[in-house]
Amino acid sequence: MGETLDTPQRDDAPLATSKDSAAVDAATDTLIDKPGQGDADVLVGRTVTINRPREELFAYWRDFANLATFMENVERIDVLDDRRSHWVVKAPGGRTVEWTSAITEERDGSFIAWASEDGADVPNSGRIDFRDAQGGRGTIVTATILYDPPAGAIGKLIAKMFQREPAIQARRDLRRFKQLMETGEIATGARNKRLQDEGKN
Amino acid sequence: MRALAWHGKHDVRVDTVDDPEILNPRDAIIKVTSTAICGSDLHLYDGYIPTMMKGDILGHEFMGEVVEVGPKSTLKMGQRVVVPFTIACGSCYHCGKHQYSACDNGLPADNQDIAQELYGQPMSGLFGYSHMTGGYSGGQAEYVRIPFSDVGPLVIPEGIEDEKVLFLSDILPTGWMAAENAQIEPGDTVAVWGCGPVGLFAVQSAFLMGAERVIAIDHFPRRLELAKKFGAETINFEETRTYEALMEMTGGIGPDAVIDAVGLEAHGFFVDNVIDQIKASTFLGTDRIHSIRQAIHACRKGGRVSMPAVYGGFVDKFPLGAFMEKGLTLKTGQTHVQHYMPALLNAILEGKIDTTFLISHTLPLEDAPKGYKMFHDNQNEVTKVVLKPGLALAAE
Repeated sequence: MGETLDTPQRDDAPLATSKDSAAVDAATDTLIDKPGQGDADVLVGRTVTINRPREELFAYWRDFANLATFMENVERIDVLDDRRSHWVVKAPGGRTVEWTSAITEERDGSFIAWASEDGADVPNSGRIDFRDAQGGRGTIVTATILYDPPAGAIGKLIAKMFQREPAIQARRDLRRFKQLMETGEIATGARNKRLQDEGKN
Repeated sequence: MRALAWHGKHDVRVDTVDDPEILNPRDAIIKVTSTAICGSDLHLYDGYIPTMMKGDILGHEFMGEVVEVGPKSTLKMGQRVVVPFTIACGSCYHCGKHQYSACDNGLPADNQDIAQELYGQPMSGLFGYSHMTGGYSGGQAEYVRIPFSDVGPLVIPEGIEDEKVLFLSDILPTGWMAAENAQIEPGDTVAVWGCGPVGLFAVQSAFLMGAERVIAIDHFPRRLELAKKFGAETINFEETRTYEALMEMTGGIGPDAVIDAVGLEAHGFFVDNVIDQIKASTFLGTDRIHSIRQAIHACRKGGRVSMPAVYGGFVDKFPLGAFMEKGLTLKTGQTHVQHYMPALLNAILEGKIDTTFLISHTLPLEDAPKGYKMFHDNQNEVTKVVLKPGLALAAE
């Protein structure tokens, strides 16, 4: 851990955009703490540029209690101590899944890596990187998440139907993080509270 | 409140719906005093725009009085404001460059998926224009929730009637940006396809920017007459072969700059248009693009193409060869309304630009469905319909 995830690839593109699943497997075997024993790992990588300083974004993210503000499917995050937090996340069919997550490595203002502890409903690990954007455009934020979908492929299908599939969710969550940091609020197309609560945009 | 809701193709109704509320700190609520039906509302009316839902409130040209403000709004109760149709945050990279219609944050995160899939990156939010543009309730209503009210709405000085400033919300800046995108040089001849409001404002703007001649093209005599009043020469494409006329009128050179202010519902019986209609109705292609094809064909070598017209999807038979071989430049985009509003308000206050000539009909909001039908069926006589929520229904 600590190295960026895209080292073993032939070109310069991020690993999560590779067409070669074998390369992804090989890379994730060595570069990220694999959750569980599963062979159905899914790698999600999403990047967004946020027009705010790196230190400010890192500090907001590092306070895990903040994350539920913009992560739509996170019902609750309880901070257990400086390195560990307990996550309660919405799942299809009105259920929830839970896990305890621990920081495995971090560098102030630069990145945070985590992995779920044993007994997680959805074993996962990942990292969030903060890099200065070129040309004074703020900060490039990259989320890389490796997870075992619940109940294999069928679980993913169900998750996708409910639009809770992590690839979509990660992108939306990062957009909301960007909105919150850049504008101080999260955009909604709803006309009033009732429509907002019904999820009508 | 009462509001004009979309129920399907050619089916809009004034319904009673629940009022808007402040949801975010930068929000404000305005009580609408005037709102207009836009030519692009007819694309919704005709069912051309995807991601519409029954009950969506239309309207993106509107103004009114501030009646409620969130804690971060800079507006004050009772102020009169014109609201830009593009919903932009004012704090992202694009807003910093005054590219407001490219705002990163105007669209709710979930709604950005569709535009990202279709266009590669999501654009700003728009009022009353489908869920792909945010699902925001529009201005053809008694009240509207205005996001980012500290950077969007333009405060209007007292004593200026609505009719003079209402079109700052969309069509005046759109016509102005169309002319600006044509990069007009002194001595230029500019040809404008479509004498709807945007085309007519583009005609006025082109002259203000130094065009020596403007040639306006349409088939509605009433609209061509309006263009003539602003000093344009006219071509009625039903009576005249447009390309040949443009070549003859420009000494065999072609117009230096061309502006397509028609867009995806081009009228007229041209072969490519009919093919496009068939394709649009069978989903093989989505847009009818006769006007832009003709504009590119006529444009002089090394000339400029400006395209304020709304296109939404994919086209074929785009004259890419003519475009490349002649070395043309194309500039287009949804209007960066917030960028143009203050200067254009001054131009109105100084009497350099008149917008009131456009309004052919003023109706109570309750008569909005009638307004849509009139506008749709008779584009010769009906140049602009303004709706007033406060206006009493006329006795039948």
